[in-house]
Amino acid sequence: MSGAPILDVKHLKKHFPVRRGLLQRTVAEIKAVDGVSFALAAGETLCLVGESGCGKSTVGRLILRLIDPTSGDIVFKGESITSLSREAMRDKRQRLQIVFQDPYASLNPRLTAGTIVAEPLENFDRLGRAEREGRVRELFARVGLGADALSKYPFEFSGGQRQRLGIARALALSPSLIVADEPVSALDVSVQAQVLNLMMDLQEELGLAYLFISHDLGVVEHMADRVAVMYLGRIVEIGQKEEVFARPRHPYTRALISAAPLPNPDAKRERIVLEGDVPSPMTPPSGCHFHTRCPFAVPRCRAEYPELRGEAGSHRFACHLDL
Amino acid sequence: MTAPLLDVQDLKTHFFNEDGVTRAVDGLSFAVAPQETVGIVGESGCGKTVTALSILQLLPPRLGRIVGGRILFEGTDLTTLGEGALRAVRGDRIGMIFQEPMTSLNPVLSIGHQIAEAVRIHKGASASAARARARQMLDLVKIPDAARRLDDYPHQFSGGMRQRVMIAMALACDPKMLIADEPTTALDVTIQAQVLKLMLELKAKTGAAIVLITHDLGVVAETCQRVVVMYAGRKVEEAPVRQLFTCPAHPYTRGLLASIARGKAGARAKRLKEIPGMVPSLREPIVGCAFAPRCQFAVEACRRQQPGLMPVAGEPQHQAACLRVGEVLAS
Repeated sequence: MSGAPILDVKHLKKHFPVRRGLLQRTVAEIKAVDGVSFALAAGETLCLVGESGCGKSTVGRLILRLIDPTSGDIVFKGESITSLSREAMRDKRQRLQIVFQDPYASLNPRLTAGTIVAEPLENFDRLGRAEREGRVRELFARVGLGADALSKYPFEFSGGQRQRLGIARALALSPSLIVADEPVSALDVSVQAQVLNLMMDLQEELGLAYLFISHDLGVVEHMADRVAVMYLGRIVEIGQKEEVFARPRHPYTRALISAAPLPNPDAKRERIVLEGDVPSPMTPPSGCHFHTRCPFAVPRCRAEYPELRGEAGSHRFACHLDL
Repeated sequence: MTAPLLDVQDLKTHFFNEDGVTRAVDGLSFAVAPQETVGIVGESGCGKTVTALSILQLLPPRLGRIVGGRILFEGTDLTTLGEGALRAVRGDRIGMIFQEPMTSLNPVLSIGHQIAEAVRIHKGASASAARARARQMLDLVKIPDAARRLDDYPHQFSGGMRQRVMIAMALACDPKMLIADEPTTALDVTIQAQVLKLMLELKAKTGAAIVLITHDLGVVAETCQRVVVMYAGRKVEEAPVRQLFTCPAHPYTRGLLASIARGKAGARAKRLKEIPGMVPSLREPIVGCAFAPRCQFAVEACRRQQPGLMPVAGEPQHQAACLRVGEVLAS
């Protein structure tokens, strides 16, 4: 990674209170994100990968300050945005955008596609009416939607087209970082390819950085420059994609990679099938969160949480063992 | 192949509403041998789920109807059976697993009750014998502490556990065939690996044939012996699994395989192959090959007549519905 990172996340935590009873007293905490640190360079793609409930989407929402962190610091372009006011944050979001998984739920069904994409431009009052229209047309063309799509409503689009619309909206204000939260998970594989190609083209052209959140290791391996693997609110392994996939050091990463079904009936590999389910983030296991499912766990793993080993920026992993 | 267990012949299932007719399945034929695992793959709207629902005749009443073809199961045409006779088949001779276990389990009945119910109805077992069977089934699907968990309700189980319960229920009456519609799609990848492993173990133990419906070619590659590829309500290719992945003959199958993001170390920024365009509307009758508008090999003849299935490269088990199969294979 060269130069100052565009995004620097330090010891980020988000604990959701669990309230019960008449007085809604806090009886427990869900540690959705529990001390996550990473940096992202301009034009780079960092993929956050993990299973349901590992906290990857919460990290995405925290970075946009759609929810507020419990502690930690988020530095965007050299400036801490952790405690910016709503107004100041709103301004920052011109450069910091998000694309959601379900494009249908994130598009206003009562607005035409053209209005949806024009809205951010209007909100920030940057262009005159005619210029704005020109910009919207340009954005539509850029994401591969025809001009006839301008006056259509979201329900008239297919899933892939809706995701293109979501991307056009995110691009409207020329952001430098896009958080993409499972952007292709709801799409069929042939349409997935269309949207992934579009995202890569846009990155190359516009120098966008992506924080790409996904559970699909095939997609991650295709898109990522670097990969961070999360388990129960923490990063257990992070590094260059090539290193993490070729030589995963954390047993969870290994299991995850070996569990993904490959479209090749002759693929020979050792499969690690993990026993049991992911424990509840309300009562995470002691020590290393993964020890309850880890085939290699030793007594030390139950007692002591392993910190990430290695220099910042290098291939790091949180495991006591040298696998 | 010995006499097939299931023989679907020219099945046509259409949906009728005020907008007109949707030809969800439009002339599908395939067979499943005893103890065989056959995958049906395709993208949203290709008719794979409607095929499953047609076999079981669980189509939404009034809307969906089988308008043609036969579904022979153990030699009996299921389309001619009355509701009573069908009930004797469903859950007894044919087990079912659906994608979302929470919506297919009754939330207000204990899971022990739900597994036992099928055994009591189909096998006429006593309440205690049925309960013993339910417990045995939970053990079989590796639910820890099965005896105690019999009295738990669906919400007390995780997603992966619920899918195990569904499998236990589907297999409780020793069916000859299991229809699994996207059984692992809602599950995380490590849980998916557990459930698929379990399904294959149980198949080996019970000898039930499996019809596995999925959009995931990775799952197909790892579990199926034969594969049927569907597009727009029709079968476009059928082949033994290795043959399909090493020598796909239909341009759609090729497109699907090429568009899977797999990532190769060091091959950053390599574009994925896209299939241009979209799936055709099934509201209009499709003239010619349904894939022709998206197909790089299409010629005029493809748009005029619907291609029949032809053997590929002398392999009788490998068929593709493509006029240009020679050109496709040579490319």
